[in-house]
Amino acid sequence: MSTTTAAREEVARSKQANVMLSRVAGSLYWMSRYLERAENQARLIDVNLQILLDFGQVSAETLKEHWLPVLRSSGDEEQFFRLYESADNESATDFLTFRIENPNSLISCISNARENARQVRDQISSEMWEVLNDAYHFIQGADAKKIWNEGASAFYDQIKRFSHLFQGITVSTFSRVEGFEFIQFGKYLERADQITRLLDIKYHILLPKASDVGGAVDTAQWHAVLRSASAVEPYRRYYVADVLFKKVVEFLIFDESFPRSMKFCAEQMNEYIQLITEGDPAAAVNAEPIQRFAAFLSRLSKVDVQSIFDRGLHEFLDSSQVEIACIGAHLYTNYMYHPPVDLQAEIRFQQQQEQQQQ
Amino acid sequence: MLFDHYQTENFFDEMFTSDGTPRPHYQGVSDALNAVSATEFSSKQTAVENAFMRGGVTFTVYNDDQGTERIFPFDCVPRVISAEEWDVVEKGLIQRITALNLFLHDIYHEQKIIKDRVIPPQYLLSAKHFRREFMNCEVPKDIYVHICGSDLIRDHEGRYLVLEDNLRCPSGASYMLENRNALKRTFPELFQASGVHPVDDYPAELLKVLQYCAPAKFNGNNAPNAVLLTPGVYNSAYFEHAFLARQMGIPIVEGRDLVVRDFKVFMRTTAGLVKVDVIYRRIDDDFLDPSVFRADSLLGVPGLVNAYRAGNVSLANSIGTGVADDKVVYYFVPKMIKYYLGEEPILPNVDTFLASEPSDCSFILENLNKLVVKSANEAGGYGMLMGPWAAKAEIEEFRKMIEDNPRNFIAQHPISLSRHPTWTGDDFGGRHVDLRPYILCGEKTVVTPGGLTRVALRKGSLVVNSSQGGGSKDTWVLKK
Repeated sequence: MSTTTAAREEVARSKQANVMLSRVAGSLYWMSRYLERAENQARLIDVNLQILLDFGQVSAETLKEHWLPVLRSSGDEEQFFRLYESADNESATDFLTFRIENPNSLISCISNARENARQVRDQISSEMWEVLNDAYHFIQGADAKKIWNEGASAFYDQIKRFSHLFQGITVSTFSRVEGFEFIQFGKYLERADQITRLLDIKYHILLPKASDVGGAVDTAQWHAVLRSASAVEPYRRYYVADVLFKKVVEFLIFDESFPRSMKFCAEQMNEYIQLITEGDPAAAVNAEPIQRFAAFLSRLSKVDVQSIFDRGLHEFLDSSQVEIACIGAHLYTNYMYHPPVDLQAEIRFQQQQEQQQQ
Repeated sequence: MLFDHYQTENFFDEMFTSDGTPRPHYQGVSDALNAVSATEFSSKQTAVENAFMRGGVTFTVYNDDQGTERIFPFDCVPRVISAEEWDVVEKGLIQRITALNLFLHDIYHEQKIIKDRVIPPQYLLSAKHFRREFMNCEVPKDIYVHICGSDLIRDHEGRYLVLEDNLRCPSGASYMLENRNALKRTFPELFQASGVHPVDDYPAELLKVLQYCAPAKFNGNNAPNAVLLTPGVYNSAYFEHAFLARQMGIPIVEGRDLVVRDFKVFMRTTAGLVKVDVIYRRIDDDFLDPSVFRADSLLGVPGLVNAYRAGNVSLANSIGTGVADDKVVYYFVPKMIKYYLGEEPILPNVDTFLASEPSDCSFILENLNKLVVKSANEAGGYGMLMGPWAAKAEIEEFRKMIEDNPRNFIAQHPISLSRHPTWTGDDFGGRHVDLRPYILCGEKTVVTPGGLTRVALRKGSLVVNSSQGGGSKDTWVLKK
């Protein structure tokens, strides 16, 4: 008898372990998204600082032209000009790195990732938590600016390392239960979104001076794009020749095997969407956004880079962003978020129940 | 040698006798620490503090907009309790909690203890946390207090005394476990010679208790679903809530994750609503259910009390246990032990005067500058007058409060708490300590061998609370 009881308890425990609060799913998702965002931002800032070194002496106007698209890409331009007079290296990096008023600054992203982790401290491994906590204390600490001043690149490298460490630890310490699916879904969604933004920044830069296309500056710019996506070496392996902007775009959007290309990320998202919605009868009812995402995915397989350029790169990136946001919102509202109850109505309801009982 | 300059002065020192020789049960620790240099000790001490910060073993400081997180300062010299001493403490605690659970059942049912004139009725009826609306409400297995964290102190002769019982939501068990881990990593050599009882069973024992107190109606095939209800991430003890939930493998939920339908409690999961059977709640009664208690509480769950009364969900601890935490009711615990168990109390109370007894009251008012005055329902070292150290204005303020509402105050002679060698930054100094052991009541009553030793880090201070400059130590109970 005791063995069967024990066995039954085992089953019960594992069943219970698989139950996951929607709020927890939401926190895991945002934790993952924010850290991925931080990593992308860190690389973007670093590369944009470095590329200026290639330009030699630059005018204030060039600096502004250089940073504005970066600020615009995360949609924080207005906030920026509320805080600073002009866009230069100092103001832009300060805003993108250390200002909590900027919801997409590194400090905001890392604080948010850690805050979400704190909400689900019991769900993630101690090692995952420690990395996020370390990252938080690193950027929040009194000497963060000092470290930055001593070497901005080393500073951003450290941020990237925290993110990589976190991903590695997640894969090697987090059980492959539902929570893992939300973490991975969040990561790939954020990454896909960031790729569209990264390419769009360069679209902004390129347009004004068509004569530069193919010139030295242009190559440097697209080289920077690749670096921002950690893609220089993988790109070289595919296109041994020059860095050509069409090839760069093709690689970052369509490559099947590079883990930061939009296609790769979208395929991964699709896999986790299947896992998350699996066995949920409601999924069929709300299937429209899922169908829509499948259609997006199949379009990605059909079009080529030339047709994207024909129709406009910016338009393509924009519509991709919409598709990514749409599926994200669908999963979020259906699996991670519960609208807050109307507390007063709930109290009245419970009091009535109580009275009927008496 | 690290302890060469250490002075016990006129206090009872846990580690050394008055002539400076280590007590026998501290011999191992003393030898091992004497082999360490001050620099080495200091760097290990720093390493532990960094590890706590990294691990987020922190509490949030209130009254601070930044929501600053601090570590609970940890001192590397362990507090050691001999097997013989612990025997007495353990028996005393079990005796006490047994009587308290009988008392809670009694006053929420027949109230025999009042009818038999052991406790005057007015004291109970006026107790702030007495919940008369729960009269005759049954709790599973008649256990009201499942988790108890009593505060013990030792006086100048080394006698253990009970300072308070903490029967609502006692905290600190996670620090007991984390302190042990930290010390094992930092000073493994200390453990080798000594033979220390492990404490890491605590979460497993706690889970057993939670499952044992499942509702009588519960008849599922699986183990009951237990959850830990936290006020949320901004609560100062959130680290502990997450830690314990994690160790037990149960979900940690906030009020907004739960919903009550048909007198049953459910949690909102990615797979829909899932029934909850047992709630280890770390929220006080007042905030549990805004449809019954404080309507402005955003932490609780509307309808939770309905489900509890209907016997569909158990709460640990049960509602209404705070009545026995009242410091006036505390005065009567030794009488309860005699009344319910017919035994002499093994662990005495601190001698206490009740301001509501006219003769005691005049004594208190005449001796305010010599006594410690406490309000009946405050915790965490708040609402307290330390007469001998207080400013005149503060004494007069308390005089007025006592005259206005004598029911709300008790007084005690200041106890010269025992001291323990504690690192002061460059040397060891004697600092006052108390002891909070954790008692779990389920199928059996279990006292975890150890507990949380809190230490007043400021020289001369008697206040050990973390919110007011207290730290903690690993606490060892030696094997026989």
